[in-house]
Amino acid sequence: MMDIVPEHINIILATDCGSTTTKSILIEKIDGEYRLTHRGEAPTTVEAPFEDVTRGVLNAIIELEELSGRTILDGEKIISPENSNGNGVDIYISTSSAGGGLQMMVAGVVKSMTGESAQRAALGAGAIVMDIIASNDGRKYHEKVKRIRELRPDIVLLSGGVDGGTKSHVVELSEIISAANPKPRLGNNYKLPIIYAGNIEARKEVNKTLVGKTDLKMVDNIRPTLEIENLQPSRDKIHDLFMEHVMAQAPGYDKLKEWTDCPIMPTPGAVGEIIKKIAKKEKISVIGVDIGGATTDIFSVFKGKFNRTVSANYGMSYSICNVLADAGVDNVSRWLRDDVDNLDLTNRIANKMIRPTTIPQTLEELMIEQAIAREAIRLSFDQHKKFAVSLKGVQKKRTISDTFEQTMSGETLVNMEELDMIVGSGGVLSHAPRREQACKMLIDSFLPEGLTQLAVDSIFMMPQLGLLSSVHEKAAIEVFNKDCLIRLGTCIAPLGEGKQGDSMMEYSIKVNGSDIQGVLKYGELILIKADFDSYKSEFRTKDNFTIKNNQDYIGEVHGGEVGIILDGRGRPFNFKFNTQGRKELINNWRLSMNEYQILEI
Amino acid sequence: MSKSYTPGLKILEKISIKKERILPIKGKVHVNLGDSVDANSIVASTMIPGNVHMVNVANQLNIDSDQVLDCMLCSVDENIKKNQIIARSKGLFGFFKSEVKSPFDGTIGNISDVTGQVIISEKPYPIEVDAYIPGKINDVIEKEGVIVSSHGMFIQGIIGIGGEKKGYIKTINNEEIDSDENINDKIIIMKLNLTYEFYMKINKLGVQGVVCGAIDYNTLTKILKKPLGVAITGMEETTTIIITEGFGKITMADRTYQLLHKNNEKFASINGATQIRAGVVRPEIFIASDINSESFQFFDEDSLAISVGSKVRIIREPYFGEIGKVVELPSELVKIETETMSRVAKIEFKNGNKEIIPRANLEVILSD
Repeated sequence: MMDIVPEHINIILATDCGSTTTKSILIEKIDGEYRLTHRGEAPTTVEAPFEDVTRGVLNAIIELEELSGRTILDGEKIISPENSNGNGVDIYISTSSAGGGLQMMVAGVVKSMTGESAQRAALGAGAIVMDIIASNDGRKYHEKVKRIRELRPDIVLLSGGVDGGTKSHVVELSEIISAANPKPRLGNNYKLPIIYAGNIEARKEVNKTLVGKTDLKMVDNIRPTLEIENLQPSRDKIHDLFMEHVMAQAPGYDKLKEWTDCPIMPTPGAVGEIIKKIAKKEKISVIGVDIGGATTDIFSVFKGKFNRTVSANYGMSYSICNVLADAGVDNVSRWLRDDVDNLDLTNRIANKMIRPTTIPQTLEELMIEQAIAREAIRLSFDQHKKFAVSLKGVQKKRTISDTFEQTMSGETLVNMEELDMIVGSGGVLSHAPRREQACKMLIDSFLPEGLTQLAVDSIFMMPQLGLLSSVHEKAAIEVFNKDCLIRLGTCIAPLGEGKQGDSMMEYSIKVNGSDIQGVLKYGELILIKADFDSYKSEFRTKDNFTIKNNQDYIGEVHGGEVGIILDGRGRPFNFKFNTQGRKELINNWRLSMNEYQILEI
Repeated sequence: MSKSYTPGLKILEKISIKKERILPIKGKVHVNLGDSVDANSIVASTMIPGNVHMVNVANQLNIDSDQVLDCMLCSVDENIKKNQIIARSKGLFGFFKSEVKSPFDGTIGNISDVTGQVIISEKPYPIEVDAYIPGKINDVIEKEGVIVSSHGMFIQGIIGIGGEKKGYIKTINNEEIDSDENINDKIIIMKLNLTYEFYMKINKLGVQGVVCGAIDYNTLTKILKKPLGVAITGMEETTTIIITEGFGKITMADRTYQLLHKNNEKFASINGATQIRAGVVRPEIFIASDINSESFQFFDEDSLAISVGSKVRIIREPYFGEIGKVVELPSELVKIETETMSRVAKIEFKNGNKEIIPRANLEVILSD
């Protein structure tokens, strides 16, 4: 790996090796500014008959060469740095989720304390957490051993106990792991990596129990005291082991590791990096969603605290029936204007599961897919809110004024009124035929409150930019803002409940010299076309409705490709399959948002 | 011109195949390279570690954890019998001694002076891997398993449940089964939808498996007693089911049915295991052939490329299940009803109608 000097970097090649497709992008410095210039893709080649990830990478790079006219490869070697003939690239980086990504098991003494901290560390590093083993998880000893044997994770993260606290529980966990003698998922010929991030005073005993059977690594305690959560050492070690062990077992990665100028990062970990960077740089609260075929990842940064959850069984194809089962047919059907027989609907959705590469050909099919997407995101976001919480088990000092306020440790960090931006990613959002559809899906599933900007990732390049941000932050942020992020607009949603047609809020927005004024009524959606820019706005809510905890809001509001959306459907949002006038409401919202073509006629 | 591949299922009358038969953990391989095996031949076996239990010796003897080692009468790796005394306290002046007995036969796995617990492993139990299909040992992977090669008819379904089964093909019309008939070694082939009532009937009769055209998702939910959320199956303990077309009311493709019908009464190996993710696994039916292997070929992925003249099945609404012929493959993207710019094909149906269909919604019907 070379030392990277940001000032010397003019051409950047980045790939993301996904489970099905390897995506490549080319970033060039043009007039002092980094811009995405070309993108290519090719099928991933981790599995038979190729079993070499670099084949897919080379194919994706060849497509870039054809599109850009730039020679990047000399045979099967990446030309680096750029030579005097204008061939080659200055750096090459890659992320990967091929072969099922990074799959981990975590263990902690108390499930809701060290267990959750370990889970946060693993998820933040980009892993899928297969199970949490805890002393108090209710399972019998032999059940835990059986479960560990069945799982065959890539890495185990073992935590438990504060420094200087009781040793016996965490040592018992190490004994359970030792008794299970777990085998790694990939490869039969190496020892399973285990990271110990628990009570430092139990290291000797844990070492004695596990050292011969496993590849044991020690890092600082994930929870040195009840009040402190120290995730970074565990996350760093997970990334190291991902490179050293997991990637080394995956076909072709040894070669790919030699090509890249910085360590390969798990794809979701890289997406988390870019979300964190943006939140920090812009000093904003952000929620990101990546909805894929099998899983839905939610990222959030509130008050500077980053959280990621992966809903492993909510997705748009492989696990689409799980969304249907957990959401219920009525919750999916509530988004459809036309009646679809329940049996027909479930069969159609199940057929998407078994033929995941098909695409909707009719508008009705598209609407069904987008209805499912709303529910998949809603369910995943519910899980995220329960997980993104303040530390549990922390003793809080209370004054007399807190006596009547029932907040306690473990409350969710997700505060929708504080939220500044939602970023959507994944095929159903990024490739929706109309941006209005992506915008409405985000609003319907996240139900933002107050003023919230909305955006989508244009071509799903957040993973590559996330990794790039760790070696060249300027380039990553410039490309993210100019080429990756499609600004859709801002949703303005007052809080409060009312009756259909009640006056809810007066608005005045100055767009390109004209003052657009009116009254938002309860149950209405209004779209004001306004390109991406900031516009002086005034909102005055009526009666019991509020915006940003006030009756008035005066300030700037951003437009976007869709515009400014005034959402008068109330928060909390009470919209069910049996809501009176549901079909008419759905139709009105579609018309006002310019969502689908046929409905305009 | 670039090729467009479709997720076509293999329905092949004469094909050579290889099957990996691998142990979950390392063990012993019982056959040699070139050996002939039948479907039930055991090719490899191993011992799976037994269940482990934790006995809290410190608590039972009412002593501190760090005293446990001194009280143990057995050591790590020692084999012990049920009710054997494994630990005894020193007592008070040699009296009031307490004892801990082993709850079962096993081996001492660990003695902890931190937790005061003793880990006892039950005896390991054996597992065996059979050849699954009749054929020859093509490769031996030391201590892990073998690759069996064979030739015959190979059909993939779209989704299945239940694991590997073997039996004799029995094609039926409608749901005609004689309840008195002994059919517990049969694999039922039916063109129509599988209903819950018929499934319960054949399940009761103990048939090995059923291959049918389609099933309603709700019927599958009833059979599994829970909704199938993710298409990863094979572990269900039930009569194996293989669906060839999909969910809904769809008849089995004629060619598939005819091929199976042609092999009525023949021995078949089936597996309902399905995994529709990276590394796709589809359910399968294999019927070995006695004919000379020279007339068989390995499957060529290029057969899944569509071109003008390809016979295809539409695999998404609004023409789901219909069969047609590719008459045109426009190179430019076409805007479809959803406003998506899509790579499409013009398909001619049996009645002469022609429709534009996204290529992603086509499946090549393979013939050999």
